[in-house]
Amino acid sequence: MKILVAIKQVPDTATQVKIGADPRAIDTAGITWIVSPYDEFAVEEALRVKEKRGQGEVVAVSLGPDRVKEALRSCLAMGCDRAIHLNDPAWNGADTLATAKALAAVIKQEAPQLVLSGRQAIDDDMGAVTAQLAELLGWPCAYWIMEEAIDADGKTVRAARQMEGGVEVFDLPLPAILAAQKGLNEPRYPTLKGIMGAKKKEIRDVKAADLGLAAEPAQLSIVGLEAPPPRPPGRVIQGDVPTAVKELVRALREDAKAI
Amino acid sequence: MAGEDIYGSPEHLAFRAMVRKFVETELAPRAREFDEMGRPDKAIFRRLGEMGLLGIRYDPKYGGGGLDYSYHAVFLEELTRCDNSGVAMGISVQTDMATPALHRFGSEELKEKYLVPAIRGEHVAAIAVTEPGAGSDVAGIKTRAVRDGDHWVINGSKIFITNTANADWLCLLAVTDPDAGYGGFTQIVVPTDTPGFSYRLLDKIGNRGSDTGLLFFDDVRVPVSNTIGDPNRGFQQQMNQFQDERMVPVVTSPVSARHLWELTLAHAQQRVAFGKPLSKMQVNRFKFVEMMIQITAAQEMAHRCIRKMVAGEDVTLDVSMAKVFCANMKQYVATTCVQLFGGSGYIWENPAARAFVDSRLSTIGGGADEVMKEVAAKLLKI
Repeated sequence: MKILVAIKQVPDTATQVKIGADPRAIDTAGITWIVSPYDEFAVEEALRVKEKRGQGEVVAVSLGPDRVKEALRSCLAMGCDRAIHLNDPAWNGADTLATAKALAAVIKQEAPQLVLSGRQAIDDDMGAVTAQLAELLGWPCAYWIMEEAIDADGKTVRAARQMEGGVEVFDLPLPAILAAQKGLNEPRYPTLKGIMGAKKKEIRDVKAADLGLAAEPAQLSIVGLEAPPPRPPGRVIQGDVPTAVKELVRALREDAKAI
Repeated sequence: MAGEDIYGSPEHLAFRAMVRKFVETELAPRAREFDEMGRPDKAIFRRLGEMGLLGIRYDPKYGGGGLDYSYHAVFLEELTRCDNSGVAMGISVQTDMATPALHRFGSEELKEKYLVPAIRGEHVAAIAVTEPGAGSDVAGIKTRAVRDGDHWVINGSKIFITNTANADWLCLLAVTDPDAGYGGFTQIVVPTDTPGFSYRLLDKIGNRGSDTGLLFFDDVRVPVSNTIGDPNRGFQQQMNQFQDERMVPVVTSPVSARHLWELTLAHAQQRVAFGKPLSKMQVNRFKFVEMMIQITAAQEMAHRCIRKMVAGEDVTLDVSMAKVFCANMKQYVATTCVQLFGGSGYIWENPAARAFVDSRLSTIGGGADEVMKEVAAKLLKI
């Protein structure tokens, strides 16, 4: 079974995000880039499906600038068989729909039976690409997946997600798209052998023209980023205990409106 | 950090990220638990083995990674983030102190039996050289191995041995021919389940996450086929293995000192005294700069040694000098950081406090400063 995993490279979760010189983007200087953690669950699940079925191919795909190769290489080190890098200035500033269109075009070429991705990327938290992709392909799609099992003949997949107080179970005919939630699995570390072996695996560069796509302006444009207002400093209430307690209660009631 | 020429390739970066993630998720959260246990959980050796981290530079034939020393240096550097220098010491004893001679000089049969499981993390190894009467003066050891047919019969004792409780086998140095001088020593693999072997743990002031002990050999019989390499060249083989051992503090000290410097600076920027942060007082600013001068110099010495190791050059002079420099730098940074933390720097949960006691070993273990200087003096023909 051929499985395609759509991943996004995002700043490390420990990054202190700063707004850049252009206030519509973050300052990328000094950022450590990682594969978005939800996408790692998707990669892991794809590798497990392949291992369980004893055959198949796992292809990692990502759209973005040159640095995205690093993220793809780490997917290869985890065990993906090859990677496709959608790398073209035409996609600079691509919104979720433009990204979904590019991915849909690749998926049509590759014709996998299953597409996996994370439920959202942890940078902008849009969580839209996977749904848009399903719409463009006309494939069934389920989000927030915490379990999946493909039937023996590879015709359908049973997927489950947690609901308030229970589990919701779906059957989807393949090909289908699943978006992974935390808890689906525990992603493996790439081994030393995997890292060295990744060097020999293919990362194919794909341009918009290769997919027959023309550059089109993003429909969703970022107007600006604003940092949240700084937290006001703490306040120490001075004085003897009875006076201080009175003042504390007053402050909680009247200033903070907490009680 | 400089050193891009040594470990700046995409593979090195990916490898560093992998080791860091592993150390931060599986080792660091358990750091104080290992202190309580007084040893690393043996299961972590298995995990390290599964990840391919216990034989990075060893031949793939034995399950190793077949890579050059630069990858191993990355591993050692990242291991410092496990927040327990005793645990890091136990692991590096396995990779750099007890197995290099076996890999370099051991017979195929011996490597199959002991090196392969050590690389997999199924066996924990220890290096048994130091004795109550002989430390850095290795030629003064007294533990005897006497040939009896196809067996060595071993009697004597060893002290300050890392991985004492966890060890499945020892790389033992024993006297086999007292009249042959430097040609009378033999390296022997001794399984710790052999009758006649026993141990007692020692209570150290630092490196509390490591099981250090006193070993006793009372008519311990092991096959002569457990001899590593040439039975008359045990001393020389061990001297060679010491170069690997001495690389460990050289590679790790600049990294751990820099990390402590960063933690201490963060404290000094927050802590206000006499109306301003500690970091804004000249007396402290100078301390931070003076420490960074030493850390940077030590890092450059370490890089020089790593480059030589990668190139396969003799590193004896450089590593001997660098070990002295790095060990003293580490102690100086630790004690200065304790001072900057003030009272909290004297509390065990404070990283400077632990570095203070842990680093006290660094000018003693793996060749004391005095011995390192003698080695260097000899090589410099002074």
